[in-house]
Amino acid sequence: MSQIETFYEVMRRQGITRRSFLKYCSLTAAALGLGPTFGPKIANAMETKERTPVIWLHGLECTCCSESFIRSAHPLVKDVVLSMISLDYDDTLMASAGHQAEALLEETIQKYKGKYILAVEGNPPLNEDGMFCIIGGKPFLDQLKHAAKDAAAVIAWGSCASWGCVQAARPNPTQAVPIHKVITDKPIIKVPGCPPIAEVMTGVITYMLTFGRVPELDRQGRPKMFYSQRIHDKCYRRPHFDAGQFVEEWDDEGARKGYCLYKVGCKGPTTYNACSTVRWNEGTSFPIQAGHGCIGCSEDGFWDKGSFYDRLTDIHQFGIEQNADEIGTAVAGGVGAAIAAHAAVSAIKRAQHKGDQDS
Amino acid sequence: MNNPLNASSLDNSGRRIVVDPVTRIEGHMRCEVNVDENNIIRNAVSTGTMWRGLEVILKGRDPRDAWAFVERICGVCTGTHALTSCRAVEDALGIQIPLNAHLIRHMMDKTLQIHDHIVHFYHLHALDWVNPVNALKADPKATSELQQMVSPHHAKSSPGYFKDVQTRLKKFVESGQLGLFANGYWDNPAYKLPAEADLMAVAHYLEALDLQRDIVKIHTIFGGKNPHPNYMVGGVACAINLDGVGSSGAPVNMTSLNFVLERIREAQAFTNNVYIPDVMTIAGVYKDWLYGGGLSSTNLLSYGTYTQVPYDKSTDLLPAGAIVNGNWDEVLPVDVRDPEQIQEFVDHSWYNYEGEKKGLHPWDGETQPNFELGPNTVGTKTDIKELDESAKYSWIKAPRWRGHAMEVGPLARYIIAYASGQERVQEQVDRSLSGFNQSTGLNLGLKQFLPSTIGRTLARALECQLCADTMLDDWHQLIGNIKNGDSSTANVEKWDPSSWPKEAMGVGINEAPRGALGHWIKIKDGKIENYQAVVPTTWNGSPRDSDGNIGAFEASLLNTPMERPDEPVEILRTLHSFDPCLACSTHVMSEDGQELTKVKIR
Repeated sequence: MSQIETFYEVMRRQGITRRSFLKYCSLTAAALGLGPTFGPKIANAMETKERTPVIWLHGLECTCCSESFIRSAHPLVKDVVLSMISLDYDDTLMASAGHQAEALLEETIQKYKGKYILAVEGNPPLNEDGMFCIIGGKPFLDQLKHAAKDAAAVIAWGSCASWGCVQAARPNPTQAVPIHKVITDKPIIKVPGCPPIAEVMTGVITYMLTFGRVPELDRQGRPKMFYSQRIHDKCYRRPHFDAGQFVEEWDDEGARKGYCLYKVGCKGPTTYNACSTVRWNEGTSFPIQAGHGCIGCSEDGFWDKGSFYDRLTDIHQFGIEQNADEIGTAVAGGVGAAIAAHAAVSAIKRAQHKGDQDS
Repeated sequence: MNNPLNASSLDNSGRRIVVDPVTRIEGHMRCEVNVDENNIIRNAVSTGTMWRGLEVILKGRDPRDAWAFVERICGVCTGTHALTSCRAVEDALGIQIPLNAHLIRHMMDKTLQIHDHIVHFYHLHALDWVNPVNALKADPKATSELQQMVSPHHAKSSPGYFKDVQTRLKKFVESGQLGLFANGYWDNPAYKLPAEADLMAVAHYLEALDLQRDIVKIHTIFGGKNPHPNYMVGGVACAINLDGVGSSGAPVNMTSLNFVLERIREAQAFTNNVYIPDVMTIAGVYKDWLYGGGLSSTNLLSYGTYTQVPYDKSTDLLPAGAIVNGNWDEVLPVDVRDPEQIQEFVDHSWYNYEGEKKGLHPWDGETQPNFELGPNTVGTKTDIKELDESAKYSWIKAPRWRGHAMEVGPLARYIIAYASGQERVQEQVDRSLSGFNQSTGLNLGLKQFLPSTIGRTLARALECQLCADTMLDDWHQLIGNIKNGDSSTANVEKWDPSSWPKEAMGVGINEAPRGALGHWIKIKDGKIENYQAVVPTTWNGSPRDSDGNIGAFEASLLNTPMERPDEPVEILRTLHSFDPCLACSTHVMSEDGQELTKVKIR
């Protein structure tokens, strides 16, 4: 072997010493919440692994997932594409088109049977025999099923592939469905969000390449490493919620002071995602920090849960002690308006401390 | 009638070439052409191959939420639909936004323009001109000299730098896993760059990945994330707090404004030192390949953008207007509210209008999907080999301005601005043309040079420069306004739906990266009654209309010779110069959206 450039070689070539490389591996292990023994394992994988073939399909979608993916800062997307995976089919970025592109898809499937990762952005429409989304003269649905058959693993990028997203919002005119409705014999890793955070996308990929396995998933198929806590749990404005300090209307004093956005519709308390921890675009900011409430874009059916500016009233309770599975059960059980009560308690607290606030 | 851009003048008797999927675009598209015995394209058929029905989904929803739905029309031109939607709702309800919000929206809009143009050129379009495999033959030292010659101020120009890039590329190619570059057309004689220029461009492909990652952080500051930053009816949600209590946790403060300033400066440097020199280098080498003009030499449309005095369209940095029949001496006024001006036709689109072949203004748009193939189709309903363009053949409708098919986009904006006497644009264009003529020894006039594939690509680069430069002006104006004591970012007088009239209608317009964008809304009882978007790729990618007028994509491909008809390099090159965005182009809604749930199967 191997003229293939490993990730280790990439780093060395970029002037990283071996010592720094090993340090990077142990930091990566720590960042992923793994013990110190995993550092050497990561190093070994990065030194020796060849690039895993990836087929990236596009159904009904808006390409925001691809756009997010290329924003990844760590790892850099150029390192992912040149040195970690082999992106053998992706009609948004590939050089060839038409027959030559179709031939590549077939070649990759045949050559790497059972060994390639299938990444799906968007979803298939079922109405009109699938012809609301046509690839190569045929329904996207056919291409999706065909490519899924021999995949080692399937990644559902974003809320379209995971849940259906905007084209599946009422009345869903094309009958667009999430991919697990049509791929039923394979594990599917759901990475929801509209789009998902770039480093979450590349984090999932690097985890799989590094450890040779699928990350631990919650009951709904989402990696726990990124989707096990609500945005509210780790929000930097959470202390204002607890203190009963809210934005009452846009651009008021509270908005300028960075108070909690719950009363203007923030869905952070019911949204499982890493926005308040990983943040967006290399950690620059995230929606709440920029002054707008979370719209809950990584949640199933978030388009059909009322206005983005309606105050949440249907959530069981708070606390970072509960995971997604448990809260899911609670919500399914139809528990009432405890969040509002919680906010009321906060408001009482505020009243008690009113004198402190007018500073 | 002998109009060369009419279906009746086209010859579909020659060999049929099918390209599906057309790659390196947003969304799904198919293209079929006929070539004559000399491999010259004599007929072109462009087809939008997806439909999502977003406006149907909007019916009955809160107008204040619409921006988020329509933003998901497209994640590439992310934010432009959201902005246009906010404008439509504000127009309907009579809301005027504060100056700070106006400036911040402009900065966000220009950020998109810069990002979109750079990603388009380097990551979607460049491989139509640049041969990465040929870059392996380059001499890094000569590449370094070339780099220093075309852009003396670009820091990454040493022989060692290009050697590194080449080594990495070599290892990649030799691995046998060519990934995105596999099955490219790398031995096709249509590629003409010297190896050194290819290597320089490959290095910039990688540098542009870094730049695009950073420039969008302006969206992250003002809108919280990218793709799909947040917008808001009535202004912007990012409140300003420069020196009061809580400033360090506020969305817009001194550090975030400083951060934005740095990103603007990086974008200026990249555009001046890398993007524009690269386009000029390519234009110089491909000086004899001036195909692809199509409709741009006759019919152009722009709604105008970057209004400098809020709500005074006469102060648009890039003015509105229409040019027809190639008459640059007369820029015609455009009124998006006039039912006689903008109309959509569906004779060749997979929709039906009740009863007759008519054009409908967007406020009165109706849509009933009707997927049926013509009698000369080769293949079956779910396995199409060749389409029959005499019948319905696309999910895109055919919008027309006063009956004319129009080209929209950066080239349209630039020709209209030039013809309108916009000095900043005239200076940029004249400088580029004289640079081109000097380096090639040619003596082309503007009307020979600009309406072409390369002209379209150049206009995009010049616009990127204009946006970076004027975003700096916006930033300084924002600072000045705050300095004068105005920190307002939102007008909430009509936030509450109880303050709205029972019925209202409005229109929002913008110039998106790919061209003229309009959203038309009707509101009734606080809910959306009708929503219609007519987007740039609907104009450019439109199929034929009732009178046989062909759209910009189809027109641009005519008379282009192909080196090897089985390898669609030339087709991709010209289609990509429009930066097609198919997810954008294919939505529509009816007055009676309910019909859409009944889809006809034939």
